[in-house]
Amino acid sequence: MADTHHLEAHGAQAPAAAHAESHPTGWRRYVYSTNHKDIGTMYLIFAIVAGVVGSLLSGAMRVELQEPGIQLFHGLAAMVYGSGGDAAIDAGKHMYNMFTTMHALIMIFFMVMPAMIGGFGNWFVPLMIGAPDMAFPRMNNISFWLLPFALTLLVLSMFFEGPPGAYGVGGGWTIYPPLSTSGQPGPAMDFGILALHIAGASSILGAINFITTIFNMRAPGMTMHKMPLFPWSVLVTAFLLLLTLPVLAGAITMLLTDRNFGTTFFAPEGGGDPILYQHLFWFFGHPEVYILILPGFGIVSHIVSTFSRKPVFGYLAMVYAMVAIGFVGSVVWAHHMFTVGMSLDLQRYFVAATMVIAVPTGVKVFSWIATMWGGSITFRAPMVWAIGFIFVFTVGGVTGVVLANAGADRALHDTYYVVAHFHYVLSLGAVFAIFAGWYYWYPKMFGLMYNEGMALAHFWLTFIGVNLVFFPQHFLGLAGMPRRYIDYPDAYALWNLVSSIGYYITFAGLLLFLYSLFEAVRKRRIAPANPWGEGATTLEWTLSSPPPFHQFETLPRIGSGTAGH
Amino acid sequence: MTGQFFRSIRAAIGATLALAPAAAFAQEIGRPEPGQLGLQQSVTTLMDSIRTFHDGVLMWTITLITLLVMVLLLIVMVRFNAKANPTPSKTTHNTLIEVVWTVIPILILVIIAIPSFGVLTDQLTMPDGQRKYLGNNIFSFGEVDVPAPALTVKATGEQWYWNYEYVDQGLSFDSNMLNEEERAATKPGEPRLLAVNNELVVPVDTTVRMQITASPGGVIHAFAVPSFGIKIDAVPGKLNETWFNARKTGLYYGQCSELCGQDHAFMPIAVRVVTQDEYALWIKTLAEGFVDDANATLPTL
Repeated sequence: MADTHHLEAHGAQAPAAAHAESHPTGWRRYVYSTNHKDIGTMYLIFAIVAGVVGSLLSGAMRVELQEPGIQLFHGLAAMVYGSGGDAAIDAGKHMYNMFTTMHALIMIFFMVMPAMIGGFGNWFVPLMIGAPDMAFPRMNNISFWLLPFALTLLVLSMFFEGPPGAYGVGGGWTIYPPLSTSGQPGPAMDFGILALHIAGASSILGAINFITTIFNMRAPGMTMHKMPLFPWSVLVTAFLLLLTLPVLAGAITMLLTDRNFGTTFFAPEGGGDPILYQHLFWFFGHPEVYILILPGFGIVSHIVSTFSRKPVFGYLAMVYAMVAIGFVGSVVWAHHMFTVGMSLDLQRYFVAATMVIAVPTGVKVFSWIATMWGGSITFRAPMVWAIGFIFVFTVGGVTGVVLANAGADRALHDTYYVVAHFHYVLSLGAVFAIFAGWYYWYPKMFGLMYNEGMALAHFWLTFIGVNLVFFPQHFLGLAGMPRRYIDYPDAYALWNLVSSIGYYITFAGLLLFLYSLFEAVRKRRIAPANPWGEGATTLEWTLSSPPPFHQFETLPRIGSGTAGH
Repeated sequence: MTGQFFRSIRAAIGATLALAPAAAFAQEIGRPEPGQLGLQQSVTTLMDSIRTFHDGVLMWTITLITLLVMVLLLIVMVRFNAKANPTPSKTTHNTLIEVVWTVIPILILVIIAIPSFGVLTDQLTMPDGQRKYLGNNIFSFGEVDVPAPALTVKATGEQWYWNYEYVDQGLSFDSNMLNEEERAATKPGEPRLLAVNNELVVPVDTTVRMQITASPGGVIHAFAVPSFGIKIDAVPGKLNETWFNARKTGLYYGQCSELCGQDHAFMPIAVRVVTQDEYALWIKTLAEGFVDDANATLPTL
């Protein structure tokens, strides 16, 4: 869309000497940071660290599931907790549940969200709207620095007692009561709940910051309908966070008091209802999955446009499709609960509402393809990742339509079909968008070029790997294999083996990615201000690479000349 | 012409799959097959509907949509790469096509919704002997007669086994998974992790009302039998209800389908569907004594 941004004043390009004013150096630069770019970088590093931890956890799960039987976790439990014999097997079974739980929580709250919103959001929302920084720089600092403490609490929970005689939170990321209350009386769950509270507070502060920044700090002339799609996606995401995280906070606070202070909000023996928790959780939990993917929509739109050398097709439809997804996505939560025993009318409503989401999502997919249509496409790494995103997101989207039908969901609920579905939209979709954004903005953020060959090899290893991991899981789910199982009937062995092999390929891709980080720093290929050519039209490309410590001291003016929409 | 085309395609696919031994359609019912690709075989009206809906409507729709997106992506990559098309167009709007790709998905969803609502309504409506159910014809108004329930069984999820209570007779017993030594000793022909000591025994061609709950002070489980097309949560303090009417005798397995703690993977559900006579003798023996004696009246599998 950005051909509509005619810069009238290039204050952006002020010489570096003008920015020689003092700013903190050393550890103070980061710990005390109020600079959106430094904070964004910290978020990205944090996400990479959490992503590696989360990947290792899932690796242990895939090794365990490679063959029928329990091969790994009883040994792991013996090693970590020192239990032996049958106790080691029991501890291992719980440990597996704990790994699935930790994998989910770490990937959602400490990898995808920090990368998309904290990382790219912090870096590029101010740059793309022509703002000098975020609206509340100190709040930005606390938003980030709450996260390491939340992660520390979560990691600590792994070493405290959960159920009697076993360690860690093994209730799944949804921590449904009564399994999370009377089922796991030890302090591990309390650590987990407090970790979620702190991570939630961090996200709410971040959401307030983004909403204020986007509403009030756009450059002169940049109306909402001229704002690039990535800030739009972050705006919708921020509203979802602000509206739903407090509900999660309330629900898990009630869990905390049920556990520790004798309340019975979710305990039937005290007049409470375990299903109430599920409604509250999914009122947050379903918008959460859109929180994870919406910024990816924004990132992919820019990349597709840049490398097609063509403005985004149907800009306004793209904007309002995201708004519609955010809105409808907030009123479909109980499709996660089709088997709890809801009435027929309630299930019918949630079927209908859920299917509606397919329409704006389809608009987005077709608009991306239409943006490429007639374009002059160069297949640089960010574009390859973005095209990969469109494909895997489509696969994950259509299986979502299957699951939306409560009648069909009856057979698939809580099976590996669901695992395959949400990994196609998240582990593949959101993560592909993150890597697309990473390679797209890497030159801008660090002033260096990444290694193109490695980035492409990273793509192919990941693309082949994750499809091998998750496509066969559709078969497992259709055949009836339930989720969150440490061991399975022998009939499921073949596709589990294929899935595990896929993991090793994906992991090789991850190692290559980590190596490419060192390679780029060692080789120091200096990046130009705009490495992508005329297709890259948003404001961040008018700045140097990396941008000056403070940018837009003279605000850019966005002209009214609109050739585009 | 086209019919023959599809038949030959289907024959080719069938032949290809038959070559791979792991994917062979051995048609064993009530349990997953090695290398299975699709849903389990059906022995109830409800599962007939699910299978027809999934295999006949949903699979085709999502496969075609995915192929469409894939083909469009391939076309743009071939036709509009920088070499093939050095000068990009500046098109950013086309109202007609935007309307088309909004309206057509809506129509597709409406077509899906019609059988979807029917299948769902069948699942949640207890038979009264009058109402007709969809069965395989999911676009009909109902063709299959299902008798009213003749038997009520209450399944209670415990950590980590099931308790089955024959409500009208006031009889109950526990159903535990057999560990490997027990399985080798008593039921070596049954699959690992699915074999149990005492199956839920019900008569064939009889509508069974299932009441599902979990023990007070316990946690949530879920009762599921894939070839019956049923899955419903066992929630403490709440009595859920579902039903099935199995048309073939045999042994049908399911597994707990809601995370319930360390032995979640080790509390299978096994339903043994027997003839009316076998059931009559079984329940009579159960009323007189122990579940082991009752099970001993059933023919060995």
